[in-house]
Amino acid sequence: MARDSQAALVALNRFGFGARGGASGDLINAASDPRGFVKAELARPSGVLLEAPGLQSTPQLGQAVFAYQDQVKQAREAAKAATPAEAPPQAPADQKPGLRRNLSLNMVATEIAGQMAEAKPADNKPADAAMKPDGMQPNAAAPVAAKPSPQPLNVIQNTFRAEALARLQRAMMADCGFTERLVAFWSNHFCISASKGELARMWAGAFEREAIRPHVLGRFADMLKAVEQHPAMLFFLDNQQSLGPDSRAGQNRKRGLNENLAREIMELHTLGVGGGYTQEDVTSLARIITGWTFAGRKGQLGAPGSFAFNANAHQPGPQALLGKTYEATGLAQGEAALADIARHPSTATFIATKFVRHFIADDPPPTLVARLRDVFVRTDGDLKALATALVDSNKAWQAPLTKMRSPYDFLVASGRLLARVPEDPGFYLNSLNLLGQPLWTPAGPNGFPDTAAAWAAPEGIKLRLDIASQMGARLGNNIDPRDLLEFAAADAASVETRRTIERAESRQQALALLLMSPELQRR
Amino acid sequence: MIDCVENRLLTSRRGLLLGGASFAAWAYLPKFARAADGRDPRLVVVILRGALDGLATVAPIGDPDYAGLHGSIALTADGAHPALMLDGFFALHPSMPEFARMYRAQHAAVVHAVATPYRDRSHFDGQDVLESGYAGPGRVQSGWLNRALEALPRGERVSSGLAVGPTTPLVLRGNAPTVGWAPVALPQADDDTAMRLVDLYRHRDPALASALSQGLQLEKAASGDEMKPKPGNAVAQMRQVARGAAKLMAADDGPRIAALAFDGWDTHANEGGPVGRLAFLLGGLDGALAEFESGLGERWRDTVVVVATEFGRTARINGTDGTDHGTATVALLAGGAVKGGRVISDWPGLKPANLYEARDLKPTIDLRSVIKGALQGQFGLSDQVLAQTVFPDSAAARPMKGLVA
Repeated sequence: MARDSQAALVALNRFGFGARGGASGDLINAASDPRGFVKAELARPSGVLLEAPGLQSTPQLGQAVFAYQDQVKQAREAAKAATPAEAPPQAPADQKPGLRRNLSLNMVATEIAGQMAEAKPADNKPADAAMKPDGMQPNAAAPVAAKPSPQPLNVIQNTFRAEALARLQRAMMADCGFTERLVAFWSNHFCISASKGELARMWAGAFEREAIRPHVLGRFADMLKAVEQHPAMLFFLDNQQSLGPDSRAGQNRKRGLNENLAREIMELHTLGVGGGYTQEDVTSLARIITGWTFAGRKGQLGAPGSFAFNANAHQPGPQALLGKTYEATGLAQGEAALADIARHPSTATFIATKFVRHFIADDPPPTLVARLRDVFVRTDGDLKALATALVDSNKAWQAPLTKMRSPYDFLVASGRLLARVPEDPGFYLNSLNLLGQPLWTPAGPNGFPDTAAAWAAPEGIKLRLDIASQMGARLGNNIDPRDLLEFAAADAASVETRRTIERAESRQQALALLLMSPELQRR
Repeated sequence: MIDCVENRLLTSRRGLLLGGASFAAWAYLPKFARAADGRDPRLVVVILRGALDGLATVAPIGDPDYAGLHGSIALTADGAHPALMLDGFFALHPSMPEFARMYRAQHAAVVHAVATPYRDRSHFDGQDVLESGYAGPGRVQSGWLNRALEALPRGERVSSGLAVGPTTPLVLRGNAPTVGWAPVALPQADDDTAMRLVDLYRHRDPALASALSQGLQLEKAASGDEMKPKPGNAVAQMRQVARGAAKLMAADDGPRIAALAFDGWDTHANEGGPVGRLAFLLGGLDGALAEFESGLGERWRDTVVVVATEFGRTARINGTDGTDHGTATVALLAGGAVKGGRVISDWPGLKPANLYEARDLKPTIDLRSVIKGALQGQFGLSDQVLAQTVFPDSAAARPMKGLVA
C-alpha cells in the first residue's frame, strides 16, 4: 500500500499521542495502513486495563488514608502533650560567614544555594534524570548533605505520584495511544477533582482504573453505573452527605438532600443542559440515589472505603423521574433510573457531540455527530462501536488539523517523540500545573475544556514555549532535531517548519522549535 | 537575544539548584599536588553558540576593505562609539571595556582568522566539530575537554570538570567525571527562539502567531517593559552564570576545569554595530569575563579562559543589516596566565580574492592549535596526547607556543 504521511499524521496525532522517536517506526507503520493502525488497539480490550505493581484498590487506599489521618492526629496530640522543646537549635560548627580562605566546595555550594534557591513545592521531586528540574548532571557523583533533605512524601502524595506515573508510562509506550486517549476523554467527561480532599487525591487514579478503563470499550450504561457508584465520585459530589428527608437518618439528624451528584449526572454526564429534564427531575434523582455512599473508617456499612448502600439514608417510596415512576426497590431504584438515563436520546446526542468535538473539530460536523448518535442508539451505547464509527468515517480523516493539543497531550507527545519513558512523574506534574491542566484536578465537575480557544491562549502558548525550551536545553544536546522531524512528520512537515528547524542556532533551540511547531501542536 | 528576566529568577523558579549532591567526590580525592612551579592552573571554556561575527568583535579597521564589506555595522575608530584600538590595525568592540583593560594589562589576547577544520555552515555540525574535537561532524560521544581531563594524572592537579548549564556541553562529556551546576531551573525561552517561532506561525498558523505574540507582550508588560530589547537581562544572566562558576572554581577543592555556553550569536538580521543586538551580547560576555576575574580572586593569576564559537559569519553584510553563516572568526583568551596584549594573526586580508569562497574571512589558524596551546601551557599535556587523544588525527595542527605566561 502506498505510504501516506498526511494520513499518518492524522492517525497518530488526531487519534493518538503522536509518533514515538527512536526505532519505533510509528510513522511508517501508520502511513502504510492509517485506519488499521488506529483500530489495532481497539482489538485488545484487556489492554485498556491498568495494573501496575503497587497500585491498590479503592478500599485499600481508603483504609490507608484513614490510617494516615489517625497517625497525624496522634502525632499532633503527642506533640501537644509533650513539654516545650528543650534542645536548642544546633549551630553548624563549620559555617563562618566572611571566611574566604580555605573555602570548601561544599560550603560554597551551600552558600550559593542559600542565596538563590527558593522553596520547592512538594510535588516538585526531581523527574526522570534528563528532565528533572534540577541542576545536577547525570554523571555526577553520589550525594552529600549540602542542603537540607526535603520532607519525605506522605502516603497520599506517594500514591498520587505512583498512579500518575503508571498512566504516563502507559501513554508513552502505546503504539498509537488511541485507547489511552479514550481513557483520558472519558476520565475527563466523568471527572473528579483531586483537590476535593485527601480521599479524592488518594482515589483519583484508582477511580480511573476501576470505573473508566474497564468500560472504555464496553457499554456506556455500565460505565455510568460504575462511575456514579464509585466512592471517589460519591465523595467528590457530596452524595455521601445526602440524606433522604424521610429516611431514618434524615429524620434523626434533621438533615436532607444534597442535589450535587444528581444534577451533574443529568447535566454533565448524560442528558446535557437542555436535555429535557426539570428541576423536579433533579430533586427526584437526588432522592432516588440517597443512601449511595461508601463505608467510613469504622466500617459499619462494609469494608472501609468500599461502595455501600445505606438503606437508613435512602428516601423511602416510589419516585417519578423524566415521566416514569421508579418503585421503592432500594439500591435497584437508582440503578434502574441510571440505566434509563443512559439510553435516553438526549444522552446519545450529548455524548456524540462531545466525542466528535474532542477528536475532530471544535465545531463538530453535524453529519458526523448524527451518525455517531445513531450508532450509540442502535448499539445501546456500545463505546467500542462508537470509537470504530469515528475512525471509519471519512470526515475524521479529511477535516483539517485545527484542534490544539491539550497540555497533557503536548507533554506526552513530546516525551514519546524524545523516546523517554519517565521513571518519575515530577516533570510532567509540574508542567501540567504550570500549563493549567493539573492532572485529575479540573476546576469544576465539567472537566477541562476541549477547544482550541482554551489551550491556544496567549499566556498558555508562551508557557508552553518556555517548557519546550527547557526540554530543548536539557535534551537537545543528544539528539539531532532533523531526525526527530522525520519521526514526527516526515514529508507531511511543512517547508517552513523544516527550514525553521534546520536554521536554528543550536540543537537545543531546534528541538524547542520542533516541539512548538504546528505539526506538533495541532491535531 | 538571550532573555533572562531577573525578577523572574527571584519569583517564579528556584534560583539555583546546586545539588550539594555531587560534591562528595572531592572528599576522597587525593590532595592537589602543585606543579613544580607552584601553579594551580584553571581553564574555562566559553562556547558562543550561533557563530560569532569575529569581524565585528575585533574589527580589522586597518584593512582597507573592511568598512565597505561590513557596511552599516562596521566599527570605526572615531564617532560616538569608537572601537577600542588594540594595535594599529585591530580594534575591539566598544562594548568590551573589561576585555580591553585585561588586554592592556597583558592578561588577554585575540587570535584572529581562526576556524575549526569544519568548512560547511550548519550550526549543529559546526558545534559538533568544535566540541567533539574530531575533524568532522557526527562524533558526539565525548568532547575534547573531557578527554584532556582524562589524560591528566588523576588526583594530582585537577579533579572533575564543572559543566555549567542544564546539561553537560558536548565538549565536557565523556569518561572523566564531571559535575553540573545550573543557575536557573526553568530557563525562559529566549527572545530569539520566540521570534523564530512567531515567524514560523505567521507563515503556517496565524492564530498561534497572534496568541504567541500576545503572550510575549503580556510577559514584557508584566516585567515592566514593553517589547523593547532588554540588554540588561542578557548581560545580567551571563554575569550571574560566570559569578556562580567562578565561586565554585575558587574553592580550594573546587573544579579546575569548567565549560559553559552562551546562546544567541546567530545575527542574521539587525546585528547592530557599536550599539545594538550584538553589542548587548558582547557586553554580557565582557561582564562574564570580569566576573571570572573577580570571582576567582588570586586564582585568576593561574587561569586561562578560552572563548570560541563554531564558525564565523559572512564578511559582507546581507540585505537585512546582519551577517550570514561564514567561516573564520576570532578566539578570545583572557586570564592572568595568558601571555596577553597581542592580536595573534596571519591576516589573510579582505580583498574579494582573499575571501574564503568569495564570502567569508579565510581561516589561517586552526582553532585546535590555539586550544592545544592553552592545554599544553596550563597542564603540560604532550604533543602526542593532544594530537591523538584530545584532538584525534590533528598532528598537523601543532600546539601554538607561548600562549601561557
